[in-house]
Amino acid sequence: MLTEFGRVFLFILIGIVFVAIGLVVAWLLRPHRPYPSKRTTYECGETPVGDTRMRFNVRFYVIALIFIVFDVEVVFLFPWALVYLSLGWFAFFEMIAFLTILFAGYAYVWRKGDLEWDRPAPRIPRYERGVGVREARLTEDEIAV
Amino acid sequence: MNIPVTPGDLLAIGPISVMFAGALVVLLAESIFRNGEAWNRWLALAGFLAAGTVAFLNTGWSGVAFGGTVATGGFANYCAIVYASAGALSVLLSTDYLRKTGIAFGEYYALLMIAVLGMMLMGAALDLVVFFLGLETMSIAFYVLAAFARSQGTSNESGLKYFLLGAFATGFLLYGIALVYGTTGTTSIPLIRDKAPSLIGTPVFTIGLALILIGLLFKIAAVPFHMWAPDVYEGAPTPVSGFMATGGKAAAFAAFLVLFRPEVLGGEKGLRDVIAVVAAASMIFGNVVAIAQSSIKRMLAYSSIAHAGYILVGVVAANATGANGVLFYLMAYTVMNIGAFGVLAMVENGAGENLHFEDYAGLSAQAPVLSLMMALFMFSLAGVPPFAGFFGKYYVFAGAIQAGYTWLAIVGVLMSVVSAYYYLRLVVMMYFTAASASPRRVGKSSAGLLALGIAVAALVYLGLFPSTIIDVTSRFF
Repeated sequence: MLTEFGRVFLFILIGIVFVAIGLVVAWLLRPHRPYPSKRTTYECGETPVGDTRMRFNVRFYVIALIFIVFDVEVVFLFPWALVYLSLGWFAFFEMIAFLTILFAGYAYVWRKGDLEWDRPAPRIPRYERGVGVREARLTEDEIAV
Repeated sequence: MNIPVTPGDLLAIGPISVMFAGALVVLLAESIFRNGEAWNRWLALAGFLAAGTVAFLNTGWSGVAFGGTVATGGFANYCAIVYASAGALSVLLSTDYLRKTGIAFGEYYALLMIAVLGMMLMGAALDLVVFFLGLETMSIAFYVLAAFARSQGTSNESGLKYFLLGAFATGFLLYGIALVYGTTGTTSIPLIRDKAPSLIGTPVFTIGLALILIGLLFKIAAVPFHMWAPDVYEGAPTPVSGFMATGGKAAAFAAFLVLFRPEVLGGEKGLRDVIAVVAAASMIFGNVVAIAQSSIKRMLAYSSIAHAGYILVGVVAANATGANGVLFYLMAYTVMNIGAFGVLAMVENGAGENLHFEDYAGLSAQAPVLSLMMALFMFSLAGVPPFAGFFGKYYVFAGAIQAGYTWLAIVGVLMSVVSAYYYLRLVVMMYFTAASASPRRVGKSSAGLLALGIAVAALVYLGLFPSTIIDVTSRFF
């Protein structure tokens, strides 16, 4: 008899075969008449411009990360909203705690200016190599112990 | 599965809750105050001390929380004390270092606290999922900390290497957890321990345990999985290296003690001999390669591989003496290694120089206090009797002999002799070699000196009265 995972395996197998049959039958039946504009990448009817592998501004990633956090928050809020009446006050305070944590992160990001699109203000650490610079930066509390 | 959660659970895991609240406060302080770093060092120190105190008040009693997935009190709190003291010492040693390398940002302390939070969770975990959660919380904080000096090429390299290899090792660990779950039908560590005797020798269970073992051996940098350690420890900011080499290892060893009990290790067909060979290889490789190093930071990295080998001997022994030895060793190693890295951080200049053996020539004339402390840390790391390092080795080797692994104890003792060469080489450099022509400047930091003083005091105290720790830890097994 099949185990639970056996059924999953069977399901995967059927999925693969299903797709393969469709593709193979279409490949056998369809006419094959390529011409240049048919072979270009489909971009909603527009003429494609440049490569798809381009560099994105790194700030998109920060926004994406913040988005993920609040996205997940909503995922947690929905089931909570459905059952919190039956769970009582403890569930309420649990969710408050969870939201407080996220809010702390939000406040941090906001305050640090990472939500400002026009004004990137990177604080790059000072770090100089070389004897001249090093001597210049010695202060009186860097003498012998 | 229904896990009942009550407010009492959050109190029961007191140190973890304190650490968590502290990390949040530090992050908020960093964003609210203009000079957050100056506030955060004290906030972080207070957080570590508070977590340590909460843990200390509760080492005797032990129970479980969160439906049996997290252990409280006893063992978990002992581990929490080790991690909190590692964190507190690191904060004191970091402040001056961050200022002189120009990376004095308040987030550093938040990351330290989050890393300690993860370690505490690893020490307290009674469920493989909670354990994994703790491991990742710790590791992610470590990846960022290793790359914290972000305009420095070596620091970036260190962070990236650690991240890529760490993620790879995590994959092994997770797959191992999946296979163990597949064979035992549970992720609860006590239940796995119950079911293990009937499963030992079956291929899937053994492979699962072996994969978990790989993940843990990576974290402690034991020999076949040690490649990352020298590069990561050398590139990371010096106090961070000290913190990773002690706290990170201690957390993984706590997981070893919880999961790899005798019934899981097994006899003939088990993994015990595999761990024994890994321990021997780590001791031999770490000590022999450390001899050839010219950078002290790199030497300490290899020495940390060797120490992982020594501590593994206690895990292999799998008896009360060995387990007590591991816990004692973790405390001793935390104190002495953070101390050694702390001295390095103080002698190092802002440009990452003064890290080689030659740079320490004649240091004793210039900085007698610092040199004396460094010499004591080196003696303790080498295992010279009156200090804590000796008793750590004594307990783990005694445990191995009781368990019938005499050959392992012999390898350990021989390798300790080898290690004396490179530890004492530094002492000879400081005391019996003339200073080079160009005068070196040694950083002066009262917070750092305070931390080193505490470390030295702990080293001597634990060496003279090892029973203070052993009396506590022997109640856990």
